[in-house]
Amino acid sequence: MGEPLLDGQRRKEVLRQCMSVGVATGTYGISFGALSVAAGLSLWQTIALSALLFSGASQFAVVGIVAAGGSGAAAVATSTLLGMRNGLYGLQMSRLLGVHGLRRVAAAQLTIDESTAVGVVQPERSAQRLGFWGTGLAVYVMWNLMTIVGAVVGNTLGDPKRFGLDAAAPAAFCALLWPRLKRGDARAVAAVSAVIALVVAPHAPAGVPVLVAALAAIVAGLLPQRRGTAASS
Amino acid sequence: MTLWTTVLLASGLAFALKLLGYVVPHHVLDRPVVSRVTAMLPVALLSALVAVQTFTGQAGGFTLDARAAGVGVAVVALRFRAPFLLVVVLAAATAGILRALGWG
Repeated sequence: MGEPLLDGQRRKEVLRQCMSVGVATGTYGISFGALSVAAGLSLWQTIALSALLFSGASQFAVVGIVAAGGSGAAAVATSTLLGMRNGLYGLQMSRLLGVHGLRRVAAAQLTIDESTAVGVVQPERSAQRLGFWGTGLAVYVMWNLMTIVGAVVGNTLGDPKRFGLDAAAPAAFCALLWPRLKRGDARAVAAVSAVIALVVAPHAPAGVPVLVAALAAIVAGLLPQRRGTAASS
Repeated sequence: MTLWTTVLLASGLAFALKLLGYVVPHHVLDRPVVSRVTAMLPVALLSALVAVQTFTGQAGGFTLDARAAGVGVAVVALRFRAPFLLVVVLAAATAGILRALGWG
């Protein structure tokens, strides 16, 4: 180690960030829990997804595709493609955390958008570690508790359509997508993939159109980067 | 595959990907093409999920119903920087109320 320890003031600041992100993110575990039981997953399957998969977009994708009558294979494939970014977060965090053994396993499980984001923005190494672990644990605890609340409440609602839960799922995907649309090239990829999915939808089983649309991302990523695309609106 | 298989397989693969970043030598993953594709994948997948779940019916055909109104309200809420849970609740409430009134 050898890096200087944080003073009390900085420690409090970082922990406050961890808690606020944990509460804000964890709370929408309620909507995941409710949508999951509405999709036909049991309480325990819903709990298992939050405890084991622990990556919001992938979890929403699994229950969304199951709800639409898609195959298990399509649900697993979409969830896995969505989770690939966590591998890159792991790459970034492994440099900052320097963890081995069981701590590495725990760090991997807590590697998500929020913990990585709070970790990497801190200026000091010890704050980066505190930010990652604090946010990861806070989100993990809140997300899992709120999932149970949502699943229990969702079970009492009955017909999901009556309460518009079938509109809640795409709204949740919209909210997850929104912060990723700041760049012009991202908006282009989003538009193209939406069109691809809608064109393919009548001709393929549920779940498959979304996977075909992922090609838009691969093509966009392989294309040589053009200057100026990031600034266009 | 059964629902449990789907849940456990998706979870196992998600964890394997997270761990991959910690155990694979850095130069293998640390390429601009890899980071560009992985940055764009969530954008493409989430956008496709929004499109399909908002605008398609049973057989995958284009459908315009209460869900579209719900998601429209969600987009307006996002423009006003509403928090996640409020966005989702507004969308569900919009679709639910429209259906209660007999539309869509």
